[in-house]
Amino acid sequence: MPGSTVTDEVELIGTGKGGGSSGDDGSFGGGGDDWKGPSGSARVPQRAYVTGMTIALAGILMFFMALVSAYIVRKGMPNSAWVPFNVPRILWLNTLILIASSFTLARSRSRFLANDSEGFRHWWGVTTILGIFFLAGQVIAWRQLAAAGLFLSTNPASSFFYVFTAAHGLHLLGGVLALLFIAFRPTHRLTKGTATEVVSMYWHFMDGLWVFLFLLLLLGR
Amino acid sequence: MSSHAHTGHAVVVEPSGFIRKYIFSIDHKVIGIQYFLLALTAVCVGIVLSLLMRFHLVYPGAHLPFVSGGIMTPEQYLALVTMHGTIMVFFVLTTAPQGGFGNYFLPIQIGAPDMAFPRLNMLSFWVTFLAFVAIIAAFVVPGGAPISGWTGYTPLSGMGEVTGPGEGMGQTLWIVSISLFCLASLLGALNFIATTIDLRAPGMTLFRMPLTVWGWFVTAILGLLAFGVLLAGGILLLLDRSAGTSFFLPAGLVVNDQLQPHSGGSPLLWQHLFWFFGHPEVYIAILPGMGVASHVLSTFSRKPVFGYRAMAMALCAIGFLGFMVWGHHMFLSGMSPYSGFAFSVLTMSIGVPSAIKTFNWIGTLWGGKIQFKSPMLFALGFVSLFVSGGLSGLFLAQPAVDNMLHATYYVVAHFHLVMGVAAIFGIFSATYFWFPKMFGRMMSEPLAKVHFWITFAGAYCIFMPMHFIGIAGGIRRYADATGTNYAAALQPVHVFMTYAAFITGAAQLIFLFNFFWSLKHGAVAGKNPWNATTLEWITDSPPPIDNFGGDYPSVYRGPYEFSVPGYRQDFIPQNLTPEQAALLK
Repeated sequence: MPGSTVTDEVELIGTGKGGGSSGDDGSFGGGGDDWKGPSGSARVPQRAYVTGMTIALAGILMFFMALVSAYIVRKGMPNSAWVPFNVPRILWLNTLILIASSFTLARSRSRFLANDSEGFRHWWGVTTILGIFFLAGQVIAWRQLAAAGLFLSTNPASSFFYVFTAAHGLHLLGGVLALLFIAFRPTHRLTKGTATEVVSMYWHFMDGLWVFLFLLLLLGR
Repeated sequence: MSSHAHTGHAVVVEPSGFIRKYIFSIDHKVIGIQYFLLALTAVCVGIVLSLLMRFHLVYPGAHLPFVSGGIMTPEQYLALVTMHGTIMVFFVLTTAPQGGFGNYFLPIQIGAPDMAFPRLNMLSFWVTFLAFVAIIAAFVVPGGAPISGWTGYTPLSGMGEVTGPGEGMGQTLWIVSISLFCLASLLGALNFIATTIDLRAPGMTLFRMPLTVWGWFVTAILGLLAFGVLLAGGILLLLDRSAGTSFFLPAGLVVNDQLQPHSGGSPLLWQHLFWFFGHPEVYIAILPGMGVASHVLSTFSRKPVFGYRAMAMALCAIGFLGFMVWGHHMFLSGMSPYSGFAFSVLTMSIGVPSAIKTFNWIGTLWGGKIQFKSPMLFALGFVSLFVSGGLSGLFLAQPAVDNMLHATYYVVAHFHLVMGVAAIFGIFSATYFWFPKMFGRMMSEPLAKVHFWITFAGAYCIFMPMHFIGIAGGIRRYADATGTNYAAALQPVHVFMTYAAFITGAAQLIFLFNFFWSLKHGAVAGKNPWNATTLEWITDSPPPIDNFGGDYPSVYRGPYEFSVPGYRQDFIPQNLTPEQAALLK
């Protein structure tokens, strides 16, 4: 699975905090674990960024799940005025592009970890371009819907379609900006790998989230 | 062996310019004070609004110079209700304990130099500030402030000006403000959680964290999971208002003889989204207060917290259960009796961890050498108000009883005691307790005691009679209760409550005076004026820019080692090594 390295490291964090319960005898029980105070330039331990991203993704997940639950409730209303429509076919292509981007990103990460700067930059660039293609594809899907007379306020089915795609698209735009930021950052400033790891986590999550939303729009209509 | 085994070089340089130092600071201490001052401003606005409401309830026909038209209309009264609730819940009860004191003391109490993400911290304050500007702006836009309550119930909040003054631009600003507030709180919650997980000093295990840190930590988790849901609701509501969608607005609504163009939406959907956030939100307001109360009761009883682990676990249990009881705000919505029963049982089950907390607070006091300093008085007041207000919650948790009481003042009295005034007492306790650390000077103790007794008696004088008005059928949100015989008969009680409210409100001026006077003229505090044990008391008052002057502590013991048998000193700071502590025998 793409990004399996990321998952492993996140789980390492999860086990690390479990150490907090040990030791009331005055010796170091765990808690701060391997972080030895803010000496030198390492004021914030690198793993805090991974923790932070994990937490951020939990918050983002709650946001989207609220929208999804609204979708389910709203669709189930009596006299819901719900008019199902076929999603634009380009969404299939967009979905494939986004899934592919996760694989290229995983490839880029593994090249990075193997200290292959050129391979890392190559696959990172490919991922960024795929991300931009996805966003462009989503805009095309909107234009097709609009051409078919389906707008945000036309009926609840189209409303939710625009809300889901826009909310996800905005989040993905943030991901593309992060990809670009790293793409243009000198490699020597990426040595710790935290930035690439955190961006990878975010990107894979957005990919998975899109697949979920796409299936919801496809099967739930 | 030194207690400062992990001394590093201080690399943090204090910015010299005024703007970077005090305005756009990334220092969690400055940001904490900014949050506190924002909440202080907000609470002054909120109190004035509530006094206007109390005045209007007693003198509904009075001519007020600042009200357009002279006499307050019911809509203007509803606008006061809405703005009072919104400002108090979001910008006071959420902002001061978590954004203010949490920001200032969480990093210090766990031995960290700052929050994990200082720039994010600054961003979350300034977004909160923008949200406050937006809500205040609602007062001055055409149509004035919104009238749909702090819960913004649809369809009233979803349709624009046609539903009344304030429902145009004012309501839009309300939604924008709340959405911004959600965004800021999400960023803040992220920072709090990451900081607590990853920035604890060596030896600071989870079960050596002060209960204040537990309170902020659990609160941050609640915020992370709850604010995103309200943000989603806010965005859908904004689309209903301005983009013509129908998420919350049903078909066939006729308002002021105009048929509304919406179709098929569900007003109850908004209630579910709102209260899924709204119930955790009341715990967001109260959990930090519980942490502070535990901390202060222990310090001024010179005793360890009774059942420390149970206290931490009870905080987690309250937070966990808090996500499963939102339906008890909606018993009147026509929900299935089976759902009502489930929500009712879950709601009452929160009584268990709450009782554990109360029992342990009393256990902490039991047999202690109690020092009645001002922070202690307010912590005791917190426990008192939490119990008084919490007990009425058990009545309201029964759907059959709630059906009778829900639209009355009984509910108003309940939530004001348990999450309003109790949380405010937590804030006061924290203020009197930490003021010496934050500003290096003591607040005046006699003034603080006067402030406490008037506020404590006043709170009960306002809100205890309010229960009886509710039981007698006094309907809340009515601008004028004198129109019906049964309600008019309750008017003397209203008069009493209004007098109490004005006296209590005036007593807050004592606090304000004490606060600002003590900044300059208070007695110099020293590092540890209360002989307390946690890490904020081992550093200077106020702490240096990196909190510990480069001399970062390690932790060797739990947070509440007071009156340990065999020691000459009745408190053992968390950073003392066993060798250093042995010298105190």
